[in-house]
Amino acid sequence: MCDKISENLDNKLYKVKYNTDSENHLIPDVSKCLQCVEKICTIICPANVYNYNESEKKMTVSYEKCLECGACRIACRHINWKYPRSGKGVVYKNS
Amino acid sequence: MVCNNKTDVIVIGAGPAGVSAAITVARGGKKVILTERGNFAGSKNMYGGVIYDHAVKEIFPDYLQSAPVERFVSNHSYMLLDNDESTTITYKNHKENRNAFVSIRAKWDKWCVEQAIKEGVYFAPDTLVNGLIVEHGKVVGIKTDLEEYYADVVIIADGVNSLLAKQIGLRDEIKPKQTALGVKEVIKLSEEVINQRFGINSTQGAAYELVGGPMTGMLALGFIYTNKNSVSLGIGASLEDLKSKKIRPYELLEELKSHPSVAELIKDGELLEYSAHLIPEGGYNAMPKLYTDGAMVVGDAAMLVNNVHFEGTNMAMLSGKYAGETALEAFEKGDFSSDMLCLYRKKLENSFILKDLKTYKSVIDILSTRTGSFLGYYPQKVCEFFNIFTTADGVEKHGKFVKFTKDFFRKRSLSELFKDGISAVKLIFGVLK
Repeated sequence: MCDKISENLDNKLYKVKYNTDSENHLIPDVSKCLQCVEKICTIICPANVYNYNESEKKMTVSYEKCLECGACRIACRHINWKYPRSGKGVVYKNS
Repeated sequence: MVCNNKTDVIVIGAGPAGVSAAITVARGGKKVILTERGNFAGSKNMYGGVIYDHAVKEIFPDYLQSAPVERFVSNHSYMLLDNDESTTITYKNHKENRNAFVSIRAKWDKWCVEQAIKEGVYFAPDTLVNGLIVEHGKVVGIKTDLEEYYADVVIIADGVNSLLAKQIGLRDEIKPKQTALGVKEVIKLSEEVINQRFGINSTQGAAYELVGGPMTGMLALGFIYTNKNSVSLGIGASLEDLKSKKIRPYELLEELKSHPSVAELIKDGELLEYSAHLIPEGGYNAMPKLYTDGAMVVGDAAMLVNNVHFEGTNMAMLSGKYAGETALEAFEKGDFSSDMLCLYRKKLENSFILKDLKTYKSVIDILSTRTGSFLGYYPQKVCEFFNIFTTADGVEKHGKFVKFTKDFFRKRSLSELFKDGISAVKLIFGVLK
């Protein structure tokens, strides 16, 4: 089920155009992530930018997939959230 | 026209609110710079959604001659979903109806800015504003990646997240219950297929609001809008509900797409684009302070959305216009203080914008406490009723209706029904008072 969903999301994101920034614009406070039980960022993000590896205790941030909606910054107060730099990031053409 | 890093007005964000503000200022003969963080206006924007004629006409009276309109909405349908069933109510206006139309934001916002440039607005794409420059409590300019720029008035139109309104203390951080997350797919279908499936012709368009189904019990609605050669299908769901129920937004969208009544509308369609955006849903109670010395906040940044009626683009455009007019009056008086700029708020108060937001200020709060019933139980019961009403199976009707009525009260305790009734009365009187 989960694999099917992630494949679905990959298919969706495959259609999205990005002008990828070389700099990450989403910096979670990793020390807070370690203590965080809920890890709501891994659920709420419509592009599944945040992934937590339980065994390595590591949060990965695939900022290049970010749709810049801001859901993570409203749901979690421990992300230093900025927009990508000028002209970078998602480029919607049909929405 | 631009020298010494100083101009008359800077507008941050080239969405409907920003472009309306900028063009109003330019028409009044003042120099205005309109910044946009994307490559082009509309490249960062997404909505449900429709654009309203009444607001567009106030900015672009002749827009029909060249604007990228997809379809005017002639059919408004409300589809209540149960597992394998749905009940749809459609309102159709056969008279020429130009109330609202669908457009693709990447085209629409771009078109608006092209008009603004023609009228003298200086447009600066690829320009992210990192912060506002404040001197002695007055906003005097902006900081970009490259430079600092100054103006007598700064109009903040940087959208729902409005990091800039937050920076200067005009608003607190928004809460999950004050926002909805919109996720949407634009799905390619031929014009003929769209016309046939939605029961329209090429001069007409359809809008669907979808209730229940996978969104049962959540403060969430689905939507479908017909473009010329594609349909937009999406969900707007309370961020609070997604958070507390731990629901992945794209999973919810997949579930909605797989409902048979929805699936048949988009069958064999090709995904063109997937997008996500926050919708400000806090309404009147969540509005920021709308002005300060040297600055005004417009559109989504000011949380000007009536989510019950899906109105946002019209409030954005007109709030931009009012802010632009206020800036012009400020120049006439030579006063850019908040005492002067409060005129912007007065203009909003005298318009339908703040009147409507006041009228609806408690609606979402009430609905959010009764989502299980109004956006779940009752829509299901409607489908169940029509199932019984339309089924001939050799079983006598009396028993079926008695069972339906008994179940109606058994499955929903009297106290819950009572609370629903109270909420319904509150909703009605909230709007009528």
